[in-house]
Amino acid sequence: MKKYTFTEKKDTRSGFGAGMHELGQKNPDVVALCADLVGSLKLEAFIKENPDRFIQCGISEANMIGVSAGLTIGGKIPFASTFANFATGRVYDQIRQSVAYSNKNVKICASHAGLTLGEDGATHQILEDLGMMKMLPGMTVINPCDYNQTKAATIAIADYDGPVYLRFGRPVIPIFTPADQKFEIGKAWMVNEGADVTIIATGHMVWEAIQAGEQLEAEGIDAEIINIHTIKPFDEEAVLKSVTKTGCVVTAEEHNRIGGLGDSVAQALVKSQLAPQEYVAVNDSFGESGTPAQLMEKYGLTAKHIVEAAKRAIARKS
Amino acid sequence: MSNRKQKQMEIEQLEKIASQVRRDIVRMVHGCQSGHPGGSLGCTELFVALYFERLKLKEQDGKPVFDMNGKDEDIFFLSNGHISPVWYSTLARRGYFPVSELATFRKLDSRLQGHPTTHEHLEGIRIASGSLGQGLSVALGAATAKKLNNDKGHIFVLMGDGEQQEGQVWEAAGFAPHHQIDNLVAIIDLNGQQIDGPTVKVMNNRDLGAKYEAFGWEVISIEEGNDMAAVLKGLYEAQSRLGHGRPILILLHTGMGFGVDFMMGSHKWHGVAPNDEQLAAALGQLEESLGDY
Repeated sequence: MKKYTFTEKKDTRSGFGAGMHELGQKNPDVVALCADLVGSLKLEAFIKENPDRFIQCGISEANMIGVSAGLTIGGKIPFASTFANFATGRVYDQIRQSVAYSNKNVKICASHAGLTLGEDGATHQILEDLGMMKMLPGMTVINPCDYNQTKAATIAIADYDGPVYLRFGRPVIPIFTPADQKFEIGKAWMVNEGADVTIIATGHMVWEAIQAGEQLEAEGIDAEIINIHTIKPFDEEAVLKSVTKTGCVVTAEEHNRIGGLGDSVAQALVKSQLAPQEYVAVNDSFGESGTPAQLMEKYGLTAKHIVEAAKRAIARKS
Repeated sequence: MSNRKQKQMEIEQLEKIASQVRRDIVRMVHGCQSGHPGGSLGCTELFVALYFERLKLKEQDGKPVFDMNGKDEDIFFLSNGHISPVWYSTLARRGYFPVSELATFRKLDSRLQGHPTTHEHLEGIRIASGSLGQGLSVALGAATAKKLNNDKGHIFVLMGDGEQQEGQVWEAAGFAPHHQIDNLVAIIDLNGQQIDGPTVKVMNNRDLGAKYEAFGWEVISIEEGNDMAAVLKGLYEAQSRLGHGRPILILLHTGMGFGVDFMMGSHKWHGVAPNDEQLAAALGQLEESLGDY
């Protein structure tokens, strides 16, 4: 296997910051908004070069979503950014009415998603955001896997006309996708072809899936690994094609097992290609304080857990 | 003709339009047996004054031209979307869409949804509203975009007084002066009523003018919000104060249900439709000036 290696580690939010910096230089309609978390969102470079196109909203996320919706009416492309919990759960109704239902070209950029925010604990560790955003009609939901892909996604969504939820995180993780990648919204990314089990992962769980693939290979199991960076629209075709070949599937996500990637895969399978599926996800619980590594282990989100799930899925094949 | 005489004629003409809009409102709400006549009737002078006199709108051959961006024109937003009947009637009477379409209000497959939306592509509507408290924020975004675009148009937004109880309104109230949004006029319909009763009893807003002033707004008051001349004067005054670093707030004192005696001043007509007899009684009090739809 060893198809993907890495030379350095970086946080995905820095990919967002780098993407915004580049957008600031090439797209004069892009406006950045933030709710008192400029440093956390890595927006300094954008703000330094485009002070007129940065709007500090203070600690008022509901207003930030509304201001963003209004900016689109004047043809601007607002990137509204804050922590994932405050970018979704706190302002769900504002996003629903002023952005999604009104079909406004707002990019909701959510950092510090999931358990790996770490020590701040459950109040800040949202694990329901993919589900909430996916349920909104017309909302595109993107969850890139590393620094390079987050940067590419940030730049790509500026050219896409419509509301987008872009989710990224705080932990420093390996960069394994190319810097010059083409980011195609809605298109699954084949990481590694295999025959025995399909592992479908999103976000930084893709790296855990790659490591799991290496462990499985050492045991003589050939895993196909797919990176789903776009949760919605969902690339059903890629998923079904793979599962038809391998006969079973594991989904891996840093999200509640209810309503996330796993459920999207299950919905696709139940329509046409029934196959055993195992979930690697947080089992309908809140998180807690701890280091990211400790939390990944306790809540069952490591490569080891993916390996175990893959073996269970294979054993269930008829 | 003297200027004063001409002005008087203009006011009389606007009052006639307002009477027709009121007829439309009660007929629309009666037609589907649902909707919000009280607040709509109370804000009729404001809508007619804005769309037929004060707003700078794009036109071609005497007809308004609608585009979502509203570049180089004034833009109006309605935050308390439940008073959609008065907005729909005004937009139709102004020429944005056929007056006959008013008959579809709140009915299946209509562009005239119970609360306004962009989803059905109705000319004149730029954002959905209905869930309260969001309109001022949207207006601030649109005002900011106009500044970024060097567009000299102004933004107007109407909110309800009950709506002032939403927290988001105060997030927006703080944002506007901080960012020196001085191309915006926000208006609060002070009719003193909300669904569960008089606002002072349900959740007293106390002195809204003082609150907005404390946030850094310039506040003016229109005491006679159902007097066309007073509304025109107040809007003119508000517009003349734009461009000096501060957002402008108008406290518009209106009577809920104004123009239909048995609906006036009562929260009971917030969201209730008249029956056949009540419709006839209401129409009997309102002059038909432009023809019913």
